[in-house]
Amino acid sequence: MALLQISEPGQSPAPHERRLAVGIDLGTTNSLVATMRNGIAVVLDDHDGQGLLPSIVRYFRDGRAVVGRDAEREQARDPKNTIVSVKRFMGRGLKDVTHAENSPYDFVDSPGMVQLRTAAGVKSPVEVSSEILKALRARAEESLSGDLAGAVITVPAYFDDAQRQATKDAGKLAGLNVLRLLNEPTAAAIAYGLDNAAEGIYAVFDLGGGTFDISILKLSKGVFEVMATNGDAALGGDDFDQRLFRWVVERAGLALLPAEDTRLLLVKSRAAKEFLTAHLEARISATLSGGAELDVSVTQKDFQEMTRPLVAKTLAPARKALRDAGLDVADVKGVVMVGGATRMPHVQQAVAELFRQAPLNNLDPDKVVALGAAIQADVLAGNRGSGDDWLLLDVIPLSLGIETMGGLAEKVIPRNSTLPVARAQEFTTFKDGQTAMSIHVVQGERELVADCRSLAKFELHGIPPMAAGAARIRVTFQVDADGLLAVSARESTTGVQAAIAVKPSYGLTDAQVTQMLRDSLDHARDDVQLRVLREQQVEGERMLEAVENALREDSDLVSPEEQGAVHAELDALRKTLSCTDHRTIKSAIERVNRATEGFAGRRMDRAVKRALAGRKVESL
Amino acid sequence: MNLDENHFQIFGVPAQFDVDLLALETRYRELQREVHPDRFASASQAEQRVSMQLATRVNEAYQTLKSPLTRAGYLLQLRGVDPEFETNTAMPVEFLTDQMERRETLEQVVAAGDWERLIALSSNLRTEQDALFGRIERQLEARDWKEAATTLRQLKFLEKLSDEIGEAEEGMDS
Repeated sequence: MALLQISEPGQSPAPHERRLAVGIDLGTTNSLVATMRNGIAVVLDDHDGQGLLPSIVRYFRDGRAVVGRDAEREQARDPKNTIVSVKRFMGRGLKDVTHAENSPYDFVDSPGMVQLRTAAGVKSPVEVSSEILKALRARAEESLSGDLAGAVITVPAYFDDAQRQATKDAGKLAGLNVLRLLNEPTAAAIAYGLDNAAEGIYAVFDLGGGTFDISILKLSKGVFEVMATNGDAALGGDDFDQRLFRWVVERAGLALLPAEDTRLLLVKSRAAKEFLTAHLEARISATLSGGAELDVSVTQKDFQEMTRPLVAKTLAPARKALRDAGLDVADVKGVVMVGGATRMPHVQQAVAELFRQAPLNNLDPDKVVALGAAIQADVLAGNRGSGDDWLLLDVIPLSLGIETMGGLAEKVIPRNSTLPVARAQEFTTFKDGQTAMSIHVVQGERELVADCRSLAKFELHGIPPMAAGAARIRVTFQVDADGLLAVSARESTTGVQAAIAVKPSYGLTDAQVTQMLRDSLDHARDDVQLRVLREQQVEGERMLEAVENALREDSDLVSPEEQGAVHAELDALRKTLSCTDHRTIKSAIERVNRATEGFAGRRMDRAVKRALAGRKVESL
Repeated sequence: MNLDENHFQIFGVPAQFDVDLLALETRYRELQREVHPDRFASASQAEQRVSMQLATRVNEAYQTLKSPLTRAGYLLQLRGVDPEFETNTAMPVEFLTDQMERRETLEQVVAAGDWERLIALSSNLRTEQDALFGRIERQLEARDWKEAATTLRQLKFLEKLSDEIGEAEEGMDS
């Protein structure tokens, strides 16, 4: 209800009203949770003092799931039921999964997103990710001793709509109020920029466990403006492990390996890769399941040679991002390195050569994303005080388009458009009396629909029957601040709102998420109903207070009739707060929302006029 | 801010081709500070909706006014002049001949992988674009809408060519 409680600069909520908010870095290899403590972003550790939670989930026959180091320890013994790097499968079909042949999993090729058959049943990547998020949520709630008001979850900047939607669904499934999906390089830029009071053009080079992002940002006077972003959503440290693993297998003359040995050697390869960051030679030795002994040496030079093509794959996206931003290498003031994989010396060297300057490594590349997310979460939760009045402007990483004749994709929203963004497009019928049409939405830069990612197929029904070409159907594509797409349609000549049947190619419907929530054992235990009820009560109380404050502050913006109507709805809401059905409260909240919609708009106008009057010019 | 206002009104700048880009950027940030969805992440759905609409509108207006090409197109649109990008392909013969030559050069340069000639082509194109922007500014000031529409179509044509040169640069680069 922030609009109805626009606070003056210098004011911030009293400390006891501070709402618990966290930033979560849901990584391919490791995940972290961070929060603001006394004005400083800190990573929350587990009982053993570890901040990094390995993003590994092991499933058991009884339906139980174990997350983190306990799962990690057993991964070579139980590879089929121990899911690592699940982020690679988010919003992806089986055909998109790289190295599927080296993965020990029992993949289920389901429509949309690939699924995994485990001892605890078939699991979608969304469910697996939600286990990781639940573990982090529990850690945070224990550490902060309270329920979380909200969380910011980071995603690779180059994630498409399907991958973002899957991440948001995982958050919901973990019982989190997802305040925002934040791009990882942008999160890093916040942490770096605020720490160093940086001004100017910065590049963030983010090579994580499974994804690569490059973002070009302009930092000035408290505004973080992403100018362009590019990347590769399937390139990361994992690929370096895979490359070394194949080299070791070849070197040792091994044939097809059982899943246990594959996992064992992948783990050993990763350890060797990490060792080679500071050493010239590493040794990989292991006892395979058949009893055979393996002992191979690899030099830093060997490793760099075999992975050079992977490093080279980061350079073209970096150049493209600069070009899209309309900038030259010389304009870049600093390059911030993010992600564990940037520790590799030949990655550092390649970046230094490209940008003609030594990259910045003064922040822990494993933690900086979570810290930035925590800062943003604190702001979004409404704990903003004076001094941290900054603004973040991010972009959509990949163009959105629709399928036209001949399987071609026509761009509707170009990549690197600042969010939120919307575009309306007109369509017409091609047959007399046609009452329905279908629209195929895709995302990507390629010309052929087949080369882009299919996001959704929409069917418009209820178009009034007219002569061919007479109907004017206006379809609006709206991308919100999370980078998520929503589509609506209206027939313009008659004003009939055409019904849209959304068939997401990926992602879950709300009903599916609800069902999963119900099915989830975990939630049966902590009583979903009670939780939801409590949430609605808090929301209702917040709403009452906010609207009453707003009416006091800007009473001149409401007519007596409107005021009467609002008060009636407020009274109704107050009465529902003691009831036990969350739906009753929810609908009362919605009625207050509707009754205050006009008022909210007028308050916004006033705020904007104040801004235009130059009240804050000095602070810009 | 009113959703019925035009882009120039939203930014409080005069509706003319010559805009103060710095003032535009400053206003843009002032407006987004007030209406951006990040300010309403914990707000009610109704307010989040209003915020998204307004922020979307501010972005659209800024994008349109920031680039001289879309700004010129928008000025014509405000005057009810359709630049007829899709339907009107009539252009001065001399202009078309020049562009055909440029296109041929581009093909040759790409085939030969001649980086230096590509850069030369690019800067030569930039010079012509600048000249046309100067011309359209005068035409808009003189309220020669029809003439301005012709210039705009030419500029649009050159932009496509410039995009192709950019793609060629990218191709040679990697």
